[in-house]
Amino acid sequence: MSKTTQKLILDVLSYVILIFGALTMLVPFLWMLSVSLRVPAQQFSRNIIPDPFTLQNYADLWKNLPDHAFPYLVFNSFKISTLTAVGQLLTCAMAAFVFAIVKFKGREFLFALLVATLMIPPQVSLIPNFIIFKYLHLIGTQWPLILPAFWGGAFGTFLLRQYFLTIPRDLVDAARMDGASLFGIFWRIYLPLSRPALAALTIFVFKDAWNDLLHPLIYLPTDMHQTTLTVGLAFFQQQLQMGGKFTVLMAGAFLSILPLLLIFFIAQKQFIEGIALSGIKR
Amino acid sequence: MEYGLKPLGREKIWLWVMLTPTLIGLVFGTIGSLLATLVLSLFEWDLIRPPQWAGLSNYVALFQNEAYIKAFTNTITFALLYVPGVVMISLLVAILLNRKIGGLGIFRTIYFLPTVTSAVATALVWNMIYGKDTGILNFLLESIGMSPVCWLCSNNAMMSVVIVNIWGAIGEGMIIFLAGLTAIPRDYYEAASIDGANDTQQFFQITLPLITPSIFFQTLISAINAFQAYDYIYMLTRRGQGDSTVPVAVYSIYRNAFNFFRMGTASAQAIQLALLVAVFMAIMFWWERNYVVYE
Repeated sequence: MSKTTQKLILDVLSYVILIFGALTMLVPFLWMLSVSLRVPAQQFSRNIIPDPFTLQNYADLWKNLPDHAFPYLVFNSFKISTLTAVGQLLTCAMAAFVFAIVKFKGREFLFALLVATLMIPPQVSLIPNFIIFKYLHLIGTQWPLILPAFWGGAFGTFLLRQYFLTIPRDLVDAARMDGASLFGIFWRIYLPLSRPALAALTIFVFKDAWNDLLHPLIYLPTDMHQTTLTVGLAFFQQQLQMGGKFTVLMAGAFLSILPLLLIFFIAQKQFIEGIALSGIKR
Repeated sequence: MEYGLKPLGREKIWLWVMLTPTLIGLVFGTIGSLLATLVLSLFEWDLIRPPQWAGLSNYVALFQNEAYIKAFTNTITFALLYVPGVVMISLLVAILLNRKIGGLGIFRTIYFLPTVTSAVATALVWNMIYGKDTGILNFLLESIGMSPVCWLCSNNAMMSVVIVNIWGAIGEGMIIFLAGLTAIPRDYYEAASIDGANDTQQFFQITLPLITPSIFFQTLISAINAFQAYDYIYMLTRRGQGDSTVPVAVYSIYRNAFNFFRMGTASAQAIQLALLVAVFMAIMFWWERNYVVYE
């Protein structure tokens, strides 16, 4: 067999496997969209093209849920995820800057300690945190979801420090000559030059907060005006098992992933570079 | 790490101001809570009456509690199925994409979709796909002449849940492996070609050894995720009263702490899970020292 035939066979085989995999990835999303565009009588139809086609489920979802829950759920998820992203960005960037650039006693030790905490499973802090928030009388409010984001984070600090280390040191020395302060160097040089890494971290944190189920389940009341989209959807699913409309549920599922899909399509490069950055250069 | 900017005079204050949030997080969020959980696991406490000293009885009770043993075994089974699944499939996808065939960007986007979207939302549609009488998976099986399967019944639920979890994790693994693969210098392959090495030899002699750091990293991340897996399991297998057909350790911790307010028991379970992770880490780092090739 010649080299070219061999390559051709391998190429065809690669495409067959990749396309099969891609369909497996895509079909659940297409199915979600398809069910959300059907009339309820057709909810279990095996035909992927909705016939007749309707947007009524989206209207029902937005306006006709008990207590007008859906807009509240969307707002709560947006609020919590945005504040979480702001908190992480601010605190991780400051710590990362100090660990990357500033010389002080105990730097290596503190940084090693911080990175070591990446290995501690988060379930371990679940119980003490719950008890602390209980004594602060914050259970049932959104604070337990937002406040911890302002405590910094090992992952974000590690990611940003890796990036900060790639910024040429000459810039710092030059700024120092001109009399720039420590905070000035951070604010005017490091932050503007690190936009790609900051964008990647923002997207990650926002995504994780938006998709989080466990913490809202623990801390928020099952009041549909207080809780997040994930808890709301999980709750609606439970209601459905007593015979309801899957078409509306799928409309909810699709709307809940839509913001992240949009962010992903716009900022795909940052997303992917962020993951690659966390994986290599260790 | 020799380089460092020296803080001048009062800038020392700034340094500590900038570090304060992280230090609070270290004390309250991670290291402090590890110690607190350790202490709590030695008490019996329902958050209402004052805590009662319990010694090691919470731990002893775990070994006599059949439901918990089931949950713990489930966690290990889940990890043993999930981790190799994610690592091998995402490595395969990355290797195929790295063959310089067309459509890399499109494939990468599609494979990455489940990583971006919430497990809760996609679990809702997986629930429909897995449906016994109405799901499309059984429809496909029947159309090729096979009998329908009860995907989420207790005997199959573990496998079905593992499949969905792997489905959701391939995208991230693929990116890690693609980054590792593209970092291998081209001239290694050219030199090997000149020496007459064929594709198979090149794969086993160059590619595989040089991406061992990525394999190590991805195995570590996947395992950490496996021990914490919760969302899909909750959404696909929960039954009445917060019970589940595939209870895992996290599930058990959650129910004990936040449904039954048995803080001591839940803490003992959390510590046991942390120990499991620690043992696994030790094995991984031993493996890293002996088999992972860093350039």
